[in-house]
Amino acid sequence: MRLARGHVLIGINEEGLLAGARDVEDALRRALAENELAEEIEVIETGDLGETGRGVLLSVYPDGVLYAGVGVEDVAEIVAEHLLKGRPVERLRLPARPTTPTGLTGKQPRIVLENCGVIDPESLEEAVAVGAYEAMAQVVENGISPADLIEEIKRSGLRGRGGAGFPTGLKWSFTAPGEEKYVVCNADEGEPGTFKDRLILEGDPHRLIEGMMLAGYAVGASKGYVYIRGEYHLSIARMQKAIDAAREAGLLGRGVFGSDFVFDVEIKKGAGAYVCGEETSLIESIEGKRGYPRLKPPYPGAVGLWAKPTVVNNVETLANVPPIVRNGAAWFRGYGTETCPGTKVYTILGHIAHPGLIEVEMGTPLRTIIETCGGGVNDGKAFKGALIGGAAGAFVCADCLDRPMDFDGLQELSAVLGSGAILVLDEDASIVDMLDGILAFFQHESCGQCAPCRAGTRALKTMIGAIRAGRGRPGDLERLVEIASAMQAASLCPLGQSAIMPIRSALQHFRGEFESRISASVGIA
Amino acid sequence: MRSLLEKYPRSTEHLLDMLHDLQAAEPRNYLTRDALRAVADYLSLPLSSLVSTATFYSMYSLKPRGRHIIRICESPPCQIVGAESLIDLLQEHLGVGVDETTDDGAFTLETSSCLGVCGVAPAMMVDEELYGNLTPARVVDVIEDVRRQDAAG
Repeated sequence: MRLARGHVLIGINEEGLLAGARDVEDALRRALAENELAEEIEVIETGDLGETGRGVLLSVYPDGVLYAGVGVEDVAEIVAEHLLKGRPVERLRLPARPTTPTGLTGKQPRIVLENCGVIDPESLEEAVAVGAYEAMAQVVENGISPADLIEEIKRSGLRGRGGAGFPTGLKWSFTAPGEEKYVVCNADEGEPGTFKDRLILEGDPHRLIEGMMLAGYAVGASKGYVYIRGEYHLSIARMQKAIDAAREAGLLGRGVFGSDFVFDVEIKKGAGAYVCGEETSLIESIEGKRGYPRLKPPYPGAVGLWAKPTVVNNVETLANVPPIVRNGAAWFRGYGTETCPGTKVYTILGHIAHPGLIEVEMGTPLRTIIETCGGGVNDGKAFKGALIGGAAGAFVCADCLDRPMDFDGLQELSAVLGSGAILVLDEDASIVDMLDGILAFFQHESCGQCAPCRAGTRALKTMIGAIRAGRGRPGDLERLVEIASAMQAASLCPLGQSAIMPIRSALQHFRGEFESRISASVGIA
Repeated sequence: MRSLLEKYPRSTEHLLDMLHDLQAAEPRNYLTRDALRAVADYLSLPLSSLVSTATFYSMYSLKPRGRHIIRICESPPCQIVGAESLIDLLQEHLGVGVDETTDDGAFTLETSSCLGVCGVAPAMMVDEELYGNLTPARVVDVIEDVRRQDAAG
């Protein structure tokens, strides 16, 4: 292995690519060669570097300097000044981002994202160097039984990170006995404002494969599917590369580490349907059908893919599994809250200074997330509220800033953690306009199978559209709630059931805005 | 068509992949009746069941589309930074409505749910390329760039 005195990490993800990361990388390699530095300084492609909306990012080690918005024309200066002479180029330097807060218990809480932006996600060797497949090896080596593995996950208190927060160990234990079973990783990330799973897929795909292997070992499945959104081209390519490398190394497709346990993973590419994020729709879609949700029960743990027992877990959930197995349940419980141990990965965006991906301990209040991690509201404006959990999530207002955020804390506020998207709104944001956008989304994404959702989403969109356009009438707000409540009671799946969430919360915190829109229109009439 | 299908075992598990491949092989970016018929034969399914599946997913089209597909995100994170006015601008610039194709067959304008690149909102995709931090000027530039590349062949 070649030793280098310095490393330049370049963030290659969807955003980096669209900002021209490949051109910058080529220019950098050329400039290093011209300056005879190619042997001394190594250029490494990595995943997300933790900042979004800032163009091409370079991270220079061992100095720990982060450059943002790098263009091809800047490369010569970085090489000449920084890499040759050791003087960082200050004009490109990103002010040291307020780093991930040390959290409530005073530990650095990077569990899920620990390797993202650190390793080359296309290299199995680098993943192994930072511990990939070690948990699986431990399980085999120490003869840990599937039942013991499930117990350990139960003890860790890990809860599903896809939105519902169901205890993962319990879900695994509910998998019915059978000869043939499946593990499905839900990477059909469609909740507006959410892209955490994409960055895990792009940044540390081997972590996910190992998480699926462990899930397969625990429940007795030998086949896993990752269902990835059709729009996520880079995620699909990186994941396929990781699967190929793991197969070649004998980690997939053969008795792993000399044991009898055989597991393999295949990618399934989605085709544009939000509802397929619902686990039974996703299963229907893998089977090659319309992604209509199934009636539950039976749950997938009993009757899942091809009517066999199936475990469906979210990307972030599975990414938590290997470190729990490696370090033990007690270690995991050292992070987060009593009922929601561990960390949560959030995407923070909207009117915020540093939009991006962050990982903080469960229970971290919204204020810390927005002010410490996100650098506060943009342009010095006041915080009005936030939409948490995407379209199927809920609005919160300034009163909620100091409440601990975890599955239970948010439930007390009639909100949900959901997918972990935090859309920050400044004082000028219009909640009426936003709710119109959200209900348009529901109407568009309703799959049409059950009548309450199909007709309900249309009625909701028509009403909010009229209110927004100044044609609202007294009683409209009550009717919105009435329709959405009926949908909550009668819809087949969480899509129709959750339209009430943004409506009720918007009215709870910002009712005045809706009323003044309506009274203005009534006044004109 | 047959050779595209024969890459896959005859199982409905690969149906979505087959539809993706056949659509990509068609210059006008849609599933022809022949393509659906070929998949139906290959998997021994009735044609109607193929139509049923294909019409469910927004990435498939049963009508000819443009050589390039514009998917502009209209979800809340893009909405709050001006996506709606960009959709209006695109309609005006291209002279088509949403889900319509320009007369020269170059572009189909579609709206999309969240593209997952909200850090650079507002965002759109043209075919497989992503474009973020869109402004009215940049939207027009992107379209005209694609036009120029087409003209250059």
